[in-house]
Amino acid sequence: MAATEIARQAGEGARAVPLAGHVGFDSMPDQLVNKSVNHGFCFNILCVGETGLGKSTLMDTLFNTKFEGEPTQHNQPGVQLKSNTYELQESNVRLKLTVVNTVGFGDQINKEDSYKSIVEFIDTQFEAYLQEELKIKRTLHSYHDTRIHACLYFIAPTGHSLKSLDLVTMKKLDSKVNIIPIIAKSDAISKSELTKFKIKITSELVSNGVQIYQFPTDDETVAEINSTMNGHLPFAVVGSTEEVKIGNKMVKARQYPWGTVQVENENHCDFVKLREMLIRVNMEDLREQTHTRHYELYRRCKLEEMGFKDTDPDCKPFSLQETYEAKRNEFMGELQKKEEEMRQMFVQRVKEKEAELKEAEKELHEKFDRLKKLHQDEKKKLEDKKKSLDDELNGFKQKKTAAELLQSQAQQAGGSTTLKRDKERKN
Amino acid sequence: MICTLSKPAQQKLLEGYVGFANLPNQVYRKSVKRGFEFTLMVVGESGLGKSTLINSLFLTDLYSPEYPGPSHRIKKTVQVEQSKVLVKEGGVQLLLTIVDTPGFGDAVDNSNCWQPVIDYIDSKFEDYLNSESRVNRRQMPDNRVHCCLYFIAPSGHGLKPLDIEFMKRLHEKVNIIPLIAKADTMTPEECQQFKKQIMREITEHKIKIYEFPETDDEEENKIVKKIKDRLPLAVVGSNTIIVVNEKRVRGRQYPWGVAEVENGEHCDFTILRNMLIRTHMQDLKDVTNNVHYENYRSRKLAAVTYNGADNNKNKGAMTKFDTSDGMSPLAQMEEERRDHVAKMKKMEMEMEQVFEMKVKEKIQKLKDSEQELQRRHEQMKKNLEAQHKELEEKRRQHEEEKNSWEAQQRVLEQQKLDSSRTLEKNKKKKIF
Repeated sequence: MAATEIARQAGEGARAVPLAGHVGFDSMPDQLVNKSVNHGFCFNILCVGETGLGKSTLMDTLFNTKFEGEPTQHNQPGVQLKSNTYELQESNVRLKLTVVNTVGFGDQINKEDSYKSIVEFIDTQFEAYLQEELKIKRTLHSYHDTRIHACLYFIAPTGHSLKSLDLVTMKKLDSKVNIIPIIAKSDAISKSELTKFKIKITSELVSNGVQIYQFPTDDETVAEINSTMNGHLPFAVVGSTEEVKIGNKMVKARQYPWGTVQVENENHCDFVKLREMLIRVNMEDLREQTHTRHYELYRRCKLEEMGFKDTDPDCKPFSLQETYEAKRNEFMGELQKKEEEMRQMFVQRVKEKEAELKEAEKELHEKFDRLKKLHQDEKKKLEDKKKSLDDELNGFKQKKTAAELLQSQAQQAGGSTTLKRDKERKN
Repeated sequence: MICTLSKPAQQKLLEGYVGFANLPNQVYRKSVKRGFEFTLMVVGESGLGKSTLINSLFLTDLYSPEYPGPSHRIKKTVQVEQSKVLVKEGGVQLLLTIVDTPGFGDAVDNSNCWQPVIDYIDSKFEDYLNSESRVNRRQMPDNRVHCCLYFIAPSGHGLKPLDIEFMKRLHEKVNIIPLIAKADTMTPEECQQFKKQIMREITEHKIKIYEFPETDDEEENKIVKKIKDRLPLAVVGSNTIIVVNEKRVRGRQYPWGVAEVENGEHCDFTILRNMLIRTHMQDLKDVTNNVHYENYRSRKLAAVTYNGADNNKNKGAMTKFDTSDGMSPLAQMEEERRDHVAKMKKMEMEMEQVFEMKVKEKIQKLKDSEQELQRRHEQMKKNLEAQHKELEEKRRQHEEEKNSWEAQQRVLEQQKLDSSRTLEKNKKKKIF
């Protein structure tokens, strides 16, 4: 038997010893499986594709049930993601299935930002898991994992090539999620066109460096079937929830005037292949890849962004404690600095305003000093006038007085002269 | 967020075979491919048959002449030693690590002889925590101790103080399965008594030994209950094969008979083996991961962050059902940042307000003083004007007066002139 990962890890540190009888640890896988079954499984699928490509119908067909939802209109202003969770059970296996649909994808005139909400959604789920993982008291065991395990990318059946929107979106998603491209409504394409279409799509994906999900070929039990299936990608699917009677069986099919497309007929479409690969063979691998590859990448980027790094790339484990402490001190320092800055800014403003007001005050005083001076001048003028008037008055008075004195003197003299004359006359 | 939050999960019935019932097989396949690992620790005084029991449990010579077991090495202080072996059975590969503690309880003064054990367990937790916390994480080897078999000497009386002390210090770090060693030195009745006494003391000291989980299966629960009644398990180990009734069995040969290891009436070895290896190995690992490791981790991380109330509230160990929410240090910093931003905003607003108010005050004051000065100026102006007017009036009066007096004077002058002329005339007349 090929060496297990554990054996490879142990390397030289462990020696193999033979067992003298049946110990019983070969039940370990069963123990593990029993626990998983008791705990229940969880799987999250994201369906990306333009409105009207049959995403909801395909989900219904894949899981043999009717999920929520009404067909969406084409007039959505932006791309929204709607997610619904369902509890399914098959024999003793319980599955918590979350189906996320992109609503309004490809409907806008300007589709530059279409991929953004999808990437944001996927990142949000990673972030939620990361936050839970980093909590001090965490309950990872009972955490409902919402990370997207598989992204079914619906390609419009044009028969020619991928649209640029498809390439752009898939390029943005390929490092975040397992992408399984499928050709939707493939009953619109003839067999020969289909082969050409598939080749074109695959070559475009390769030339643009888009990494789609490859079914794993490292486990002998499934290596063969997986590698065959890898060659059939992208799967050309047809979905239908309506049943038509073929022979004496009711099968899921789409009925046309020229014939009936049977969903589960491998000659008609690749639906069965998709179901095999997605659900029956590789569901667990999809979950594992999401956790060990895509999530780890996200986590690594996020931590590096925040400034964490391993002290030594290989051997020495880095001390979480020290890093947190350092981070924290830095952080507190930053906060302090910000506070100081704000205070300083205010002090500055106050100073400026004070200076302004002082200026204004000064101006005011100057103004009034001027007015005062004017007033003083006026007053002085008035005083002068008054003085001159007073002088005049005095002068006049003097004159008057003098004149009156003279007059009275003259009168007296005149009187005495007249008297004298009268006296002389008499004589 | 641009996504509409999902409503609670709805039950859906499947109308046909989908295929995810195959998931368990996928899990099975992957687990076999990965392989399994298990770390078992054995603790007890020398001579209690620990090594023999391990060999019996795993049907192998873990300790052989090339790799002598601890009993063959004389230690002065308690050591913690590990041996790793790779065993394969039925396509399943198991990396088994046996951790031995030679010297435990052998000294005269055994105070703190449990410390190396605790240190070992903690260091394995720390290794795991560090590799889990790396930015670049790879496959993390799980070297944590999943189970500790504690060997109790068959005194027949009760637990020794060392036993109690050890178990009390370790029950929150590792799954403890207490075993009565060398059970073939007691009769079944003595064994029963001894077991009862031990369980009494364990309950009394609130020691949490490993508990078998309840299942939904009625049958299984009955078996579990039967096991619980026989705790602690009394075991016998042997490296030798003896023929009994034409059957080859592991056992200990005495003059009076053979004590068979795998005979349920002789001892509880089979129960131990079934429980430890065949049915509960995975659960032991899960409990170590979900309870003991998480306890260690939250205590370790809580020491790093200076979160006040939250972490201090729950200093004790978590039980399986503890669901209180702690915060990751990063989330904590985020929240602190947010708080700080809010605080700064508030501060800014307050400062703004105070500033505005003060400015307003000052401006108002300035305005008031301007008004006052203006008023006074007006007043003074009015005053001056009034004075001007008065002066004008006075002047006018004076002019009037002056004019009238001057007129009067002129008349008088005229008169005077006339009269003097007349006089002159008369004088002239007289002369003639």
